[in-house]
Amino acid sequence: MAQTDTITAPEAISPMREAWGQFLRNRPAVFGLILLTVIIGFVLYGRYIFGGDPYQIVWGPLTAPGEREGILLGTDFLGRDILTNLLKGGAPTLTVGVSAALLTVVIGIAVGATAGYFGGWIDDLLMRLTEFFQVLPALLFAMVLVTLFSPTLFTIAFAIGIVSWPPTARLTRAEFLRIRELEYVTAARSIGATNGRIIWRVILPNALPPLIVSAALTVGVAILFEAGLSFLGLGDPNSVSWGLMIGQNRNYLLEAWWPVAIPGIAIFLTVFAVSLVGDGLNDAFNPKLRSR
Amino acid sequence: MSLRYILQRLFYGFLLMIGVVVLNFFLIHAAPGDAAEVIAGEMGGITEEMMAQIRARYGLDQPILVQLGLYLSQIMRGDLGISYHFNQPVTALIAQRAGPTILLALTAQILAMVIGVVLGVLASRKPQGPLSGFVSIFSTVGYAAPVFWTGLMLVILFSVVVPIFPVEGMVSARFRGNGLEYALNVAHHLVLPASTLAILFLAQYARLSRASMIEVLGADYVRTARAKGLGEASVTFRHALRNAVLPIMTVAGIQFGNLISGALLVETVFNWPGMGRLAFDSVLRRDYPTLLGVLFFASAVVVIANLITDLSYRLADPRIRTGGR
Repeated sequence: MAQTDTITAPEAISPMREAWGQFLRNRPAVFGLILLTVIIGFVLYGRYIFGGDPYQIVWGPLTAPGEREGILLGTDFLGRDILTNLLKGGAPTLTVGVSAALLTVVIGIAVGATAGYFGGWIDDLLMRLTEFFQVLPALLFAMVLVTLFSPTLFTIAFAIGIVSWPPTARLTRAEFLRIRELEYVTAARSIGATNGRIIWRVILPNALPPLIVSAALTVGVAILFEAGLSFLGLGDPNSVSWGLMIGQNRNYLLEAWWPVAIPGIAIFLTVFAVSLVGDGLNDAFNPKLRSR
Repeated sequence: MSLRYILQRLFYGFLLMIGVVVLNFFLIHAAPGDAAEVIAGEMGGITEEMMAQIRARYGLDQPILVQLGLYLSQIMRGDLGISYHFNQPVTALIAQRAGPTILLALTAQILAMVIGVVLGVLASRKPQGPLSGFVSIFSTVGYAAPVFWTGLMLVILFSVVVPIFPVEGMVSARFRGNGLEYALNVAHHLVLPASTLAILFLAQYARLSRASMIEVLGADYVRTARAKGLGEASVTFRHALRNAVLPIMTVAGIQFGNLISGALLVETVFNWPGMGRLAFDSVLRRDYPTLLGVLFFASAVVVIANLITDLSYRLADPRIRTGGR
């Protein structure tokens, strides 16, 4: 029996909204997003609740968490409040993480898009450059940059960005190589679109989903990187950061675990949340998994 | 695999190293301050005479391109400059420290690959099973914990809670012994640093080999192998794993630079007498020749590791072996 009476076209949803819907159905990803929001909230507004000067000595050194009322997470080797430092130290870590990731994505997309779109000798040249930066041991190169030029938040973000872009460039190039052969690009070219327009308005929006995922994961990498540099004492000397807290208290590790363990947990939770979100975005943008 | 190809790769690796040298050179010159001061290090005790020596040695009064040429030819002759802090040629310093770092990095790499692949293969047999779940959780956790922090937590665990492994150095203090005894002592010290570094990469290999095994196990030739009546072990290891191992090798090559970076951090945690400690000390003392020498040497290690990966990849995969480029 033919049913011809009610056939309604499915409502058109934009791919981004569809991906968002998919993301919301992914429980670990939503958990990651909530965790991340809580962490950012604490870092931005926590000082209004647990305010105070991070450099101020509040009680005897290495007071255990809960040992004294009002010092929730204990004190460090100088007797400074760990919770206050934790809230203060999150800001440089997150700022450097996000700005280094932004820089990574900008360089990566610029190099990858140019190489993938133009091909030929430009591609060869840019890919050799990419391989060159992949050969440099990232941490060591960043150490050299930070030592030669003074360790400000800007230098550190720059150093991390300049060593981390190759994977993003490779990914962008691969996407551009694939998309530039598709019909709609040929169509755009046939109506006289310029190269710049094709790269920006035609190919890039379609290459965006995997790049967004990679950008999210890069934030995690950059946060770990910043933590490593500050742990070595190469961070900005004018600001508290989670890595620095670990580095400063490690000599007292055997007497007191908490000044080392707690900032580490903060870094871990942040990167963990970021990577859950990244994995969630990956699944959401991956059409193969959508039919679940 | 043709000889020509090997030579081509060698030449290419050589070019990359020249690139590193040129980069080093321009970094010295871009840094604030006089290049001679940069080379001498910003420390006291440098006499005017030593400064004049440095200027003459590096030709700092010559045009910049001549200086670059001098610098290149110096490094070609195996001269990485002199550390004014340690008062020794940089090559001698690196020669003392390279062994421990390479030992640490390779042990961790092998540990991570073997355990990771075994976990991944086991997990791939039941993609929805509990082990699969464990692998994906563990890989996110292992990746998110800062490696130096994992190391410090292991130090607490093994020096306070269960003191069975040494947490510092490469050999026991006042250890007298040689041959096997010495090797065992070093191996005992190696357990914690190598495990710390391995945890960071293990999870990635487990995840990757799980994914790649799942894909390969669905391939036609695996079905054929099963249809022939081969046992599960033979199908898994002789047919599937051989093919699944290729992407793992690629990643192992790409990861080598990160492995070295991780080793640097782990070394400072466990006081391992390798290049990481050397780099760290030279940062503190602003000893640029040493720092740049370590950067040069570590890049060379990565270039060589990539070369070996590339060549062994071709040996392992006959499809590329004959195809040329």
